[in-house]
Amino acid sequence: MEKETTTQYRQLALAMLRTGLFGFGGGPSVMPLFRVEAVDTYKWMDNEEFGETLAIANTLPGPVATKMAAYLGYRLKGWTGACWATLWHIFPTSVAMVLLFSLVDAISGSEVVAGMIGAVTPVIAVLLAQMAYDFGKKAVKGFGWVFGILTFVIAFAALQGFDVHPGFVIIAFIIYGVFHYKLMDKWRSRQKGESS
Amino acid sequence: MILLYLFIAFFLANLLGYGGGPASIPLMFEEIVNRYQWLTSDEFSNVLALANALPGPIATKIAAYVGFAAGGWPGFIVAHAATIVPSALAMILLMRVLRKYRQSNVVKGISLAVQPVICILMVVLTFDIIGDAAAQIGWLQSLAIAAVAFLLLTKAKVHPALVIVASFVYGGLVIPFLG
Repeated sequence: MEKETTTQYRQLALAMLRTGLFGFGGGPSVMPLFRVEAVDTYKWMDNEEFGETLAIANTLPGPVATKMAAYLGYRLKGWTGACWATLWHIFPTSVAMVLLFSLVDAISGSEVVAGMIGAVTPVIAVLLAQMAYDFGKKAVKGFGWVFGILTFVIAFAALQGFDVHPGFVIIAFIIYGVFHYKLMDKWRSRQKGESS
Repeated sequence: MILLYLFIAFFLANLLGYGGGPASIPLMFEEIVNRYQWLTSDEFSNVLALANALPGPIATKIAAYVGFAAGGWPGFIVAHAATIVPSALAMILLMRVLRKYRQSNVVKGISLAVQPVICILMVVLTFDIIGDAAAQIGWLQSLAIAAVAFLLLTKAKVHPALVIVASFVYGGLVIPFLG
C-alpha cells in the first residue's frame, strides 16, 4: 500500500514534468501530451473520461493546462495530489522564466532557437490532429454516421462561421447532451409504434 | 499592498479568459501594462517572447515573471496562486459532482455531446498551428517534419516527448544553416 502510494506520486511527478517540459505553444497545444500520460502511459483513465475532463476544463475560465494537472492529481491522490501535480507541471518553467530573463534578447534573437521552435510546431500539429481524430471517432461511434457528421457541421459552423465563443458552444452541446438519451428513447419508441 | 494588487490583477485576467492561457494574454496586458504599470509595453512583449520560447503553460510563465518583478518571491507565489487556484478549484469541484452521477443517462449524454465540439476545436487549432509553422520555416519543411512525426508517432509508436526532442535537434542544428 505504502509502496503503491510512493509509486503513484512518482508517476504523477514524472508525467507532469514531461508535459511541462515538452509542451510548446501554451495550454491547449499541450493536451495531447496530457492524454498520452494519463491514458496510454499510466492508464489513470480511459480515452472517454479524458475527453469529458478536457471538455469540462474548456468550459471553465482560466489556464487549461493547470486545470488538467490539478484534476489529474486530484483524481489519483486527492487534494495533496492536485497540489503535487500542478507544482511539477509549472515549477521548472516558472523558475526558468525568472532566471532567464536577463538573456531574453539573446534568446529571442537567436536563429537556433527560432529553428527549434519552428521545427517543433509541425510535431505539435500532428499530435493535435491525432487527438482530433480520436474525438471524432468517438462522436461518430456514439451518434452514428449521419447524426455524428451533422454535429461536426454544427460545431464547425458555430465556431468558425459565426465565431461563437468555444465556451458557449460547449455549453450548448452540454445542454443538448442532458436530453440526448431521453430523446433517443422517445424517437425509438415512436418508430416502433409506427412499424407495428 | 502590492501582493493584493498582484492577486487581483492575475485573478481577473484569468477569470475572464476563456479558452486557456493564450486567451488571457490581452487581459494580462491590460492589467500589467495599462492599469498597474508593472511593465512597459516593450517589456511585456519581451516577456511574452521569452514565454513563447519556453515550454509549459503561458499564463503561469507570465505570472512567474511579473510576480517576481513586482513583488519578489512572495509576488511570484501570489501571482501563481491567483492564476491557478480559482480555476483548478472550480474544475475539481465540478468534476466531483459529474463523477458521482456518471452512470446516469444525463452525464453519459453530456460526455457524448461534447466529443464533436472538442474534435472541431482540435481541428481548428491544428490548422492554426500548421499555419504558424509554415510562417516560421516554410511549407516544405513544415509538411516534411509533420510527415516524419506522423510516421514516428503512429507506426513506430515513439513517445511524443522523444519526437519533440528530435525535432528540436533538427531545428537547432539543421534549419538555421539551410538558407
